[in-house]
Amino acid sequence: MYDVIIVGAGVSGCAVARELSRYHMKTAVLERASDVCEGTSKANSGIVHAGYDAEPGTVKALLNIRGSRRMEELSEELDFPYKKNGSLVLCFEESDRGKLQELLERGKKNGVEQLRILEREELARMEPNISEHAAAALYAPTGGIVCPFGLTIALAENAFVNGVEFYLDTEVRKAEKTGAGYRLETSRGIFESRTVVNAAGVYADVFHNMVSSRKIHITPRKGEYCLFDKAAGDWVRHTVFQLPTKYGKGVLVTPTVHGNLLMGPTAEDIEDKEGVYTTGEGLAGLLERGALSVRDVPAGKVITSFAGLRAHEDGGDFIIGEPEDAAGFIDVAGIESPGLTCAPAIGEYVADLVRKRIPAQEKADFIAGRKGIPSMALADEERRQELIRKNPAYANVVCRCELVTEGEILDAIHRPLGATTLDGVKRRVRAGMGRCQSGFCAPKTAEILARELAADLGEISKAGGKSLLLTGCGKFPHANSGKTVREAGHIDGHIRQERGEA
Amino acid sequence: MKKKAEIVIVGGGPAGLAAAAAAEEAGVKSEDILIIERDGELGGILNQCIHNGFGLHTFKEELTGPEYAERYAEKVRQAGIPYLLQTMAVDIRAEGRDGNDAGKIKYVTAMNKNDGLFTVEAQAVILAMGCRERPRGALNIPGYRPAGIYSAGTAQRYVNIEGRMPGKEAVILGSGDIGLIMARRMTLEGAKVKLVAELMPYSGGLKRNIVQCLDDYGIPLKLSHTVVGIHGKERVEGVTIAEVDGNRKPIAGTEEYISCDTLLLSCGLLPENELSAGLGVALNPVTSGPVVNESLETNVEGVFACGNVLHVHDLVDYVSEEAGNAGRNAAEYVLGTGKREAASAAIGIRPGPGVRYTVPSLLRLGHMQEEQVIRFRVSDVYRDAALAVYFDDIPVMKVNKKVMAPGEMEQIKLKKRKLEEYPELEQIRIAVERAVPPKA
Repeated sequence: MYDVIIVGAGVSGCAVARELSRYHMKTAVLERASDVCEGTSKANSGIVHAGYDAEPGTVKALLNIRGSRRMEELSEELDFPYKKNGSLVLCFEESDRGKLQELLERGKKNGVEQLRILEREELARMEPNISEHAAAALYAPTGGIVCPFGLTIALAENAFVNGVEFYLDTEVRKAEKTGAGYRLETSRGIFESRTVVNAAGVYADVFHNMVSSRKIHITPRKGEYCLFDKAAGDWVRHTVFQLPTKYGKGVLVTPTVHGNLLMGPTAEDIEDKEGVYTTGEGLAGLLERGALSVRDVPAGKVITSFAGLRAHEDGGDFIIGEPEDAAGFIDVAGIESPGLTCAPAIGEYVADLVRKRIPAQEKADFIAGRKGIPSMALADEERRQELIRKNPAYANVVCRCELVTEGEILDAIHRPLGATTLDGVKRRVRAGMGRCQSGFCAPKTAEILARELAADLGEISKAGGKSLLLTGCGKFPHANSGKTVREAGHIDGHIRQERGEA
Repeated sequence: MKKKAEIVIVGGGPAGLAAAAAAEEAGVKSEDILIIERDGELGGILNQCIHNGFGLHTFKEELTGPEYAERYAEKVRQAGIPYLLQTMAVDIRAEGRDGNDAGKIKYVTAMNKNDGLFTVEAQAVILAMGCRERPRGALNIPGYRPAGIYSAGTAQRYVNIEGRMPGKEAVILGSGDIGLIMARRMTLEGAKVKLVAELMPYSGGLKRNIVQCLDDYGIPLKLSHTVVGIHGKERVEGVTIAEVDGNRKPIAGTEEYISCDTLLLSCGLLPENELSAGLGVALNPVTSGPVVNESLETNVEGVFACGNVLHVHDLVDYVSEEAGNAGRNAAEYVLGTGKREAASAAIGIRPGPGVRYTVPSLLRLGHMQEEQVIRFRVSDVYRDAALAVYFDDIPVMKVNKKVMAPGEMEQIKLKKRKLEEYPELEQIRIAVERAVPPKA
């Protein structure tokens, strides 16, 4: 019997796990994917919203400002990439100035500091590539950018080293109330817990509706993005929004914290909770709408495109707390934008709710800090030499586009909750994230994964499940392929579980 | 670790090897040359090109990729030219120790497991880093992002080096040579290649590869077609292809679902010039390779370029020939034996109608050999057309060509004698024109 089971290892679930790991509670996270950060948390804008968007008085508004204020400190504590680059909301029509002013007032009410309106001239000085259509802008110096993988993985690792158990490849199929709490039927057997935190992203309504008669409904709202080469990374320096429309915040153009340029998202309500496909129209429309904000969009420098699903609840606000008819079942549902920004605050907020149900002592030996994986690409010469002295594998470049070495990939694999897939390595150290999109490094990374996990190359996958890279040996197997290809499933969650107990 | 060399060659593929051998033959002491190679063996991408057909021009025989590479690797070893394997060049700078030397000394920073991070000081650098394949993202193909999408070269590595199959049923997008070669290779290894879709109304590959790799195996080539959707959430389950119109836009209603577990991409190669750009080398937006003069020297003095980092070649024979020139010119540069006529102004070579680019794009008469080869690609398929050369506006040469296609590199040769007849010449222009009517 667990004290708390968190369903979903996205940024919200991991933030809650990390906050709960401060206390003497038996806590587990169940995740259906083979890694943390595999759903909405991996495909979003990576923005730390200043907090002027949400309606004052909503949970969103409260958690946004708290999360935004907390992010910088947390990024130092847990060592993930964050940058306060400031954000701009562009106004294109003189007649829309009222909306800009409204946004400013709303931001002030929400407690956002240093907000001000910029006129065209100052705007053009700050952002030389801004389009001539931009008449004015709301400037929020406290807006920022964050690595969504870095944040989620940091939270998960820190929760893990503080004793939270992670069960990956573990899909919850059924949730039901029992006398003592909740019983979860999963692909890996039954889990029982006194309380449940429902952080299941676009599936949160499914689990909620299994235990409560007060039904909620989540619509997957698809957002498509284009990511540009680092050569275009300084096209803008701030995060450039457009005045919100009824479909959301419009298309944004922003540098990423790693120095790429990102454009997106579209907003399309779909039925399929797995529908993370991009469309020709979506991507074309995106580039068109982005061109409203910046001139000469470097369309030829797109290196990849992707789609993510925002969990939009019909009511429009976050649903955080217990349904009236399901005590101890705490929803963290409808966490759409600015969910990433809110994550640190969601973690604290939900931890407080859990503690009301499970009074527990704080751990004296809680480890608050975490050191990330060193980056050879970002290190100066002295640091590079130091890393190479420590382990010569830091001098063996595997991903040349992003300058990622074998040493970093070894770190990614052997860390707490380490990577077992190509995508897992990619999100931890950026191998394959660059302009060739893993053409050169994927075979090498797969080889390192196979060696380190004592697996066959044929068992290595892109992202777990059926996403195997290879389908067997050729008709004329040669020396390198002497091993038989074993069935998939050798590398999965139980490895992590075993390490978790160590 | 040796910290000094006369010539550092970045890349130990066919270009780097031929350049090194030529520089040594031209009189640079072997120990003054250093090849930096990122892979575990010399030979570059040729090591995974196990099909034959290499070396017809140079050796008058059909070699496999590894055999061709070995001929040059052996030359390098015989000459005792030092090389570092599994070593990545991460930065090149040009600096001077004082005013006179400004920009003349190059520092190549590299790293490997044995020597760690180190910097080599050099007089000349030869860029021979090759190219990479255009990935799915750059093509912006919509759909899911499952496993099973590979560039043709990555698939080639899995099959030929690792002995593994990337899939059982494949669709190939793009009819570049690697895609065509892989269509045959996958078929021979037991996979079913359903079709090759090509966006353009013509193939980007060599005619002989279309015949030997597709026609011989009954693999359909669908011209003016592209992939408009990728299906399958974990592993590819199928793709949707569609016909495209004259503007390369998919035509509604022509969509067709093809079930497959693999999509291979052979949609063009991009010279890898991130290091060059960091050094301040000017790049040609058409080739994505450095702008070079007749000596294959870039705008940064003493920095030369050759092979696929300069412009993407079809035939390795031409890579070796070009790299040989780069090696000799770099040798002349460091030995000071070149006829460096200071007052030699550069004549521009411009692509005219129907020609996409030229290499070189600058020509200094004072540095020119008796004959200069100009290589280029045409921008469309032309039948019974001609290549015309203009000195400023004066037509000086016209050669009839039965067929020209973007997939096959063209060349013309300019004679120094001829150029000397035009002392005021500022610009040479090459264009595709109507064929000269046959003489009655």
